[in-house]
Amino acid sequence: MNNSLLRMEGIVKEFPGVRALDDVNLEVTEGEIHALVGENGAGKSTLMNVLSGLFPYGDYQGKIIYDGEECRFSNIKDSEKKGIVIIHQELALIPHMTVAENMFLGNERGVAARIDWDETHKKADELMKAVGLNESSRSLIKDISVGKQQMVEIAKALAKNVRLLILDEPTASLNEDDSQKLLALLLEFKSQGITSILISHKLSEVEQVADHITILRDGSTIETLTKDKDEISESRIVKGMVGREIGDRFPKRDSRVGDVSLEVKNWTVYHPLYEGRKVCDNVNIKIHYGEVVGVSGLMGSGRTELAMSIFGRSYGTGISGELYINGKSVNLRSVKEAIDNKVAYVTEDRKGNGLILSNPFRVNTTLASLGKVSNRGAIDRDLERKVSNEYRDKLRVKCTGIEQDVGLLSGGNQQKVLLSKWMFAEPDVLLLDEPTRGIDVGAKYEIYSIINELVAQNKSILMISSEMPEILGMCDRIYVMYEGRVISELQKGEASQEIIMSKILQSAKGA
Amino acid sequence: MGMTKDLLKKNTMLIALIAAMVLFQVLILLNNKGSLFAPTNITNLISQNSYVVILATGMLLCILTGGNIDLSVGSGVALVSAVAGLLAVNMKVNSYLVILICLVLGVAMGAAQAYWIAYMRIPPFIVTLAGMLTFRGVAWLILQGKTISPFPADFTRLFNSYLPGGSAKAITPTVSVIVAVAICAIMILLEVFSRAQKKRKGYETDKVAFVAVRVVLVCAAVLFVFYLLGQDKGIPVVLILLAAVVLAYRYYTENTVPGRHLYAMGGNEKATRLSGINTDHTLFFAYTNMGLLVAVAALVCVSRFNSAAPSAGNNYELDAIGACFIGGASAYGGVGTVGGAAIGAVFMGVLNNGMSILGIDQNWQRTVKGLVLLAAVVFDVVSKKRKQSA
Repeated sequence: MNNSLLRMEGIVKEFPGVRALDDVNLEVTEGEIHALVGENGAGKSTLMNVLSGLFPYGDYQGKIIYDGEECRFSNIKDSEKKGIVIIHQELALIPHMTVAENMFLGNERGVAARIDWDETHKKADELMKAVGLNESSRSLIKDISVGKQQMVEIAKALAKNVRLLILDEPTASLNEDDSQKLLALLLEFKSQGITSILISHKLSEVEQVADHITILRDGSTIETLTKDKDEISESRIVKGMVGREIGDRFPKRDSRVGDVSLEVKNWTVYHPLYEGRKVCDNVNIKIHYGEVVGVSGLMGSGRTELAMSIFGRSYGTGISGELYINGKSVNLRSVKEAIDNKVAYVTEDRKGNGLILSNPFRVNTTLASLGKVSNRGAIDRDLERKVSNEYRDKLRVKCTGIEQDVGLLSGGNQQKVLLSKWMFAEPDVLLLDEPTRGIDVGAKYEIYSIINELVAQNKSILMISSEMPEILGMCDRIYVMYEGRVISELQKGEASQEIIMSKILQSAKGA
Repeated sequence: MGMTKDLLKKNTMLIALIAAMVLFQVLILLNNKGSLFAPTNITNLISQNSYVVILATGMLLCILTGGNIDLSVGSGVALVSAVAGLLAVNMKVNSYLVILICLVLGVAMGAAQAYWIAYMRIPPFIVTLAGMLTFRGVAWLILQGKTISPFPADFTRLFNSYLPGGSAKAITPTVSVIVAVAICAIMILLEVFSRAQKKRKGYETDKVAFVAVRVVLVCAAVLFVFYLLGQDKGIPVVLILLAAVVLAYRYYTENTVPGRHLYAMGGNEKATRLSGINTDHTLFFAYTNMGLLVAVAALVCVSRFNSAAPSAGNNYELDAIGACFIGGASAYGGVGTVGGAAIGAVFMGVLNNGMSILGIDQNWQRTVKGLVLLAAVVFDVVSKKRKQSA
């Protein structure tokens, strides 16, 4: 009965400076839905990349046994030949191609010299029916909704004769309705004998469909829960994921909340591309000096967009509402004005929006405040070096020197570089967007300590985070956002994961 | 050990240049074709390649912003040359006024393209391709297909003469050496001064031995080149212009805030924008500035050829782009130095010159240049990959 399809044994994968996977074991039974859960940075995606051959054999240690034989994939094609298909969180579809073209990309019907378009469309229509997608195979990907795009990805996997389907956060950007459809489809596949590995942060979904749940924490397997044998509940899973009491993960801080530093009233922001779509809807928030304010919410709830639109309108169009700094009405029309008004935004996407990876620590640190190390436009290199060394020591950045390119640093150290940059700008208000995303626990603790130091210097911090323990452990006050609206404001004492989730769920039902 | 390796890595192109020079010299001597370092040849090398150095400097700024190139520079040179010819030769306008008008025209041409590139975000490749066709067309229209010459002597003298000048032939070698010694003295003084200042402010300084070796090598090179120039016609005015351009832009890119913005933009434009920097302005400046240097190059070229022809400047853009990439600029932007681009330009010049002396066929020369360019970029990409995996 216990027919093992996949066994991963003792997988170890190292990146420069970080051990992302440390002796991970995973066993997946044929025809089941196996959930893989863990906090951000626990190693879920890395593990799946090892399995799919994105990290080729030899790049990791350990064994992969699939369908009874040891596999040594050297690329994704190899694993796809065996029927292992991975669907990444960021969809890999080409917007200007049709559904059918996308579905058979790299797997074209007909022969290389002549694509059989009739066959392509016929097959595509069949597969779309199989995933319950009601759409023409001739539609362009860019014209269909994200939910449908996700289904196209799955249909594309079916076209490759999938035996083991890996879905990385498939419902992260879907609404409730689409999510349920997708889960129903997974159950349907299960009855047809297709095995799935589901990576998800949404524990309720995991609870709903999974037969086994493997929990990863800090790059190691913690335990595997079996349906009907172990107790499966959200709180049980969370306990495995977090593994310790929340209290000791956060350094202590005496909170001394002062006057209001930044206040936003009736703040509405529209999406830059989709006309008429409100990304922030009549938001009212305020932050005090010496306070850490958390913003909680699901992905796509408008948190990043809120912070960026405040930060010199770096996101969105048709922004309306009032912004007050120290009680005075201000209008921040550009990032430069925001910086001049002592507001800083530390991005969630440090590689894409935050750092210049090909430049050294020194250049990144001073980039947002070159005026402070220059005299009438001429940069004082010596002063710049001195400042960089100060911040390097202060934040304990592990690098060979201030001239090392930041692209070579680990995630945690890159995050510190980003913080150095904005601390050097000496803002009063720091908008921190996912400040600990994808970094290890030790580095997280250091980042929390830095946040506490900043607050002790009477700065105001707005912390956006998807990690609820972090929000609960660090913040004096919490705003909960849902679909662009602030749906709740909670004081430190009254907030808990359950309360925040239930607020979100209530809004989801109401909408 | 680590320091030597680092030093080698940073100066790869310079070492390659010296190696190429030595190789050509050996080949030339073996074939009994004279010498690469013959005084006349050094003078030629400088005057033949001056335009490449000037254009490569401007091109580097464009490339830094994100691997963007300017295809219009060759045609731009033709158009500015045509206007210079029209004004100076046909209309007998005062030479200084001609120069001023040409520079303004260059800036205007650059700005016209830069507007579309920076503020409308039309891909530079397309805008400058359009510029390449348009400028060339207007140059032909102005000149009506004919070549204008000769230019007035007071015009050509400004760019194409030698110091201390024709009548002072007897003292030329002495003056050249004296100038070289003066340059060396200034370099040494600057080095000592900046070192003292660093010490005073309590900053780190390089090792004395290291600095001494560097200064001695640079001084030796300067003395050698000036000695050779003294044996020929003297110090070319254009060399002074080149030195001014290279030093000014080197300072701009390495030591000023807007210069830093160029690198930042090429490294990661989104991050740069979110650091409060208006990258539209940065891009606008890079292409406008290219126009200015196109005008400078055009003035140098008309003076050297003593004529303005509609076909002038053919393929100059490719020389400039090639020089930047050979000089270590990244094809993706954000990486590269003015010094590197200048070395790349000289490298290409030495290749041309060396192969010409050896009597190698023109077509082979092109082939070799193409392969060298490819090799330089492949080297850059491969070494970067290795660095990442290390």
